[in-house]
Amino acid sequence: MSRREAKSATATLPADAQVFAEPWQAEAFAMTVALHDSGVFSWSEWADALSAEVKQPGAASDGHDYYEHWLAALENLLSAKGVAGKREIDALAAAWERAAHATPHGKPILLENDPGPAEGRGGPTEGRGGTAG
Amino acid sequence: MSHDHNHDNELDPFAARVRALETILTQKGLIDPAAIDVIVDTYETKIGPRNGAKVVAKAWVEPDFAVLLIRDATAAIGSLGYTGRQGEHMQAVFNTADTHNLVVCTLCSCYPWSVLGLPPVWYKAPPYRSRAVIDPRGVLGEFGLTLPATTKIRVWDSTAELRYLVVPMRPKGTDSWSEERLADLVTRDAMIGTGLAREPA
Repeated sequence: MSRREAKSATATLPADAQVFAEPWQAEAFAMTVALHDSGVFSWSEWADALSAEVKQPGAASDGHDYYEHWLAALENLLSAKGVAGKREIDALAAAWERAAHATPHGKPILLENDPGPAEGRGGPTEGRGGTAG
Repeated sequence: MSHDHNHDNELDPFAARVRALETILTQKGLIDPAAIDVIVDTYETKIGPRNGAKVVAKAWVEPDFAVLLIRDATAAIGSLGYTGRQGEHMQAVFNTADTHNLVVCTLCSCYPWSVLGLPPVWYKAPPYRSRAVIDPRGVLGEFGLTLPATTKIRVWDSTAELRYLVVPMRPKGTDSWSEERLADLVTRDAMIGTGLAREPA
């Protein structure tokens, strides 16, 4: 921890400026709390899953990637519990990204807006930068 | 690069994955999106270190409460309406002239949410988690806290089941102060142990 970080940490007392840097972090956090409340996993199971993620080498020393680890831990735990598999999440996340792209700016992003995977996707080289979609 | 093309909405990969999870979990009836909003609001605005400050100030002015806090912190804190959601137990550790207490979670980021809200970024970051145990005096120095060499530093490593609240020493010159006024002197860092209670102005 640098001197400067420590200073800024203490300078923001007593209220933390921002608990969550982005909305998805708050949602990932709240989903975890809700899933524990409904008995999907115990808090010890959660702590173990989170610990396994955050102790991996490469974790940022300023902690800015903390909720990225949090999300990975949640996905791993839900996969291990048979609630949601990685492939299912991957597919649905891609659908959400397409839906976002197909939604005009300023309008709410709805999954129904997903136009579906691009048709006749020939190969992995075609996907980027084209005018499709 | 110009930005005159028609800007679509973008979801970054993490946001898209969170949405995907929400969709799956909602379809399975495991979460209720409205409840998610309530949880976010609670942790962003309603729970925070003011809760812990009230616990500390009450312990300063009411000896009976202080005794209960030493014996059964979970019950003492619960009596003020602050209960942990994760079924965790609380332990209060009292600073004295001889001993200063410092809390860390080396494992991940276990933290007494019910009394302190969510942890600051540095609490969750690797440097603090790894160094608080090895070099507590050095870490405290970085927070601007230099303790006498004779003061012992005890480091408490939190777990999912047991979380710690540091009760800092009551500042001198506050004998006649109300509980409410005292609570204003109790900072979040003082309750983690990376600071002391504020001195009266």
